[in-house]
Amino acid sequence: MNIVVLVKQVPDTWSERKLTDADHTLDRESADAVLDEINERAVEEALQLQEAHGGEVTVIAMGPDRATDAIRKALSMGADKAIHVSDEALHGSDVLATAKVLAKAIGTVENVDLVIAGNEATDGRAGAVPAILAELLGLPQVTQLRKVTVEGTTIKGERETDEGVAFLEASLPAVVSVTEKINEPRYPSFKGIMAAKKKPVSTVTVADLGIDASEVGLSGAYTQVLEAAPKPPRSAGQRVEDGGDGGSKIAEFLVGQKLI
Amino acid sequence: MITKDLYERKEFRQLVKDFTRNEIVPHLDEWERQGEVPRELHKKAAELDLLGIGFEHGDLLDSVVLTEEIIQSGGSSGVMAALFTLGIAIPHIWQSGNQDLIERFAKPAIRGEKIGSLAVTEPGAGSDVAGIRTKAVKEGDHYIVNGTKTFITSGCRADFVTTAVRTGEKGHKGISLLVIEDGFTRRKLDKMGWHCSDTAELHFDDVHVPAKNLVGEENQGFALIMRQFQVERITMAVEAYATAQRALDLTVEWTRNRETFGKPLIKNQVVSHKLAEMAQKIDLARTYTREVAARVNRNEECVTEVCFAKNAAVQACGEVVDAAVQLHGGMGYMRESEVERHYRDARILGIGGGASEVMTELAARRLGFA
Repeated sequence: MNIVVLVKQVPDTWSERKLTDADHTLDRESADAVLDEINERAVEEALQLQEAHGGEVTVIAMGPDRATDAIRKALSMGADKAIHVSDEALHGSDVLATAKVLAKAIGTVENVDLVIAGNEATDGRAGAVPAILAELLGLPQVTQLRKVTVEGTTIKGERETDEGVAFLEASLPAVVSVTEKINEPRYPSFKGIMAAKKKPVSTVTVADLGIDASEVGLSGAYTQVLEAAPKPPRSAGQRVEDGGDGGSKIAEFLVGQKLI
Repeated sequence: MITKDLYERKEFRQLVKDFTRNEIVPHLDEWERQGEVPRELHKKAAELDLLGIGFEHGDLLDSVVLTEEIIQSGGSSGVMAALFTLGIAIPHIWQSGNQDLIERFAKPAIRGEKIGSLAVTEPGAGSDVAGIRTKAVKEGDHYIVNGTKTFITSGCRADFVTTAVRTGEKGHKGISLLVIEDGFTRRKLDKMGWHCSDTAELHFDDVHVPAKNLVGEENQGFALIMRQFQVERITMAVEAYATAQRALDLTVEWTRNRETFGKPLIKNQVVSHKLAEMAQKIDLARTYTREVAARVNRNEECVTEVCFAKNAAVQACGEVVDAAVQLHGGMGYMRESEVERHYRDARILGIGGGASEVMTELAARRLGFA
């Protein structure tokens, strides 16, 4: 069973994240870059399926040169090989362009049975790429899963929502996305870390994938960010001394905020 | 070398940090009370290949990173002693090339399935290895062992004990190493620190040990033991500066948050300067020790420098943990503060693996001064 895992390098959620002044895209220099945590779970799920069903796990990432570190992390966990789509033209791509590029990259991998993605990246948080990708590839999409099982050529999944749990089924090949409840990702082992460097990573450009540069990047995006302002700093808040009437003062405040 | 921001090194550091924070820190207080670390910890460490470093893969510099990061992420030198006892128990077996012993003892220890100990010290002989008295007499295909070993790290839990025994004449020419699995009695020893690391006294009373458990050649044990001291001593130097670094980190945090007389402690010059002095001592010890570790790793002759590194790092550590407790005030004397534990744990570093005075004497001799 050949699996493709889509991974993304994102700014560490613990560091301060901001947009550049120039074109309001992500300021990659201002924060530590890490493999998105949800992708660690996607890789873990792929490795567990591989352990049960055999086959090969290929990691695909789209991102600048330094995304290599995120790819290596996935390889050190145990994935077999990787494709890194790196091209200046991709700067500022929207979800449609991203899905288009990933679809073409997936097309270069032979006999793909399953594509696994995280449900949404912690930076963009659009959560749309897996679904668009499935449409472009003409594959069934089984998204937002907390559990995945493969039986023969069928994939079964559990999607948890506020209303309850949906039990889904599709035939392979398919595209799935997983939520943070799917598993606990393994640590890369010492040997895994040392071996990651020797695993094959092919770096390709949009031209290599047969895509015109004008279709992607900022200029190819369907929407544009015209203005961005940093979140205003938190104000000091209102201090209430409790002189026996603290309760009613809190109630007054909440009424004033139209909360009660 | 280690400061170099190699991708692998950075990732390995992160791995050890995650392992320590998730698998060690939440349980350490409990292990301190119980007096030992559980066997599952060995299995978990083995799954990440941590126990095989320096044997099946990796080298001394990887061990240095491992030691630094376990202690600096909230572990302790006591955890290192308990979890990585194989570091002193199996190198002689590994280097002997004896496949039978490697398969029966070294590899299971690396897989976290067996716990090994090294027994050299006796009630009458510690740093004076050539003076050991525990006797092994060969009878047919067995050795009959009689004697007592003490201060044996992981001795209560050990599945096998690599034991220094006298098989020949007096002095260093009559010593051999035997792997002993059972037949002896154990007495648990209570210590000032390293509470999560069990320590035992072992009594051998006509213990029958198969002759095939001999490591290397008969009467050649002294050289095997002495060779390993280099690695053990440099590791203890790393434990010393890493403990000091952890104590400093905790103290900086404490002095930033603790307010007295209307301002954080760290706003007092006497405190901020003290912290800077602590940082200086640690950095000097770390830089020198790493340099010597790199030389040991290249198999360069540097016995004197290893003595210097151990003594310098241990001295820095002693001063830093003392200052850390002092700056924590009353809290520093409480069992619930982590620096209190490091203060107790640090004391052994200038005693074990060759006492500071022995290190100095050895250095004086190597330099031709004594």
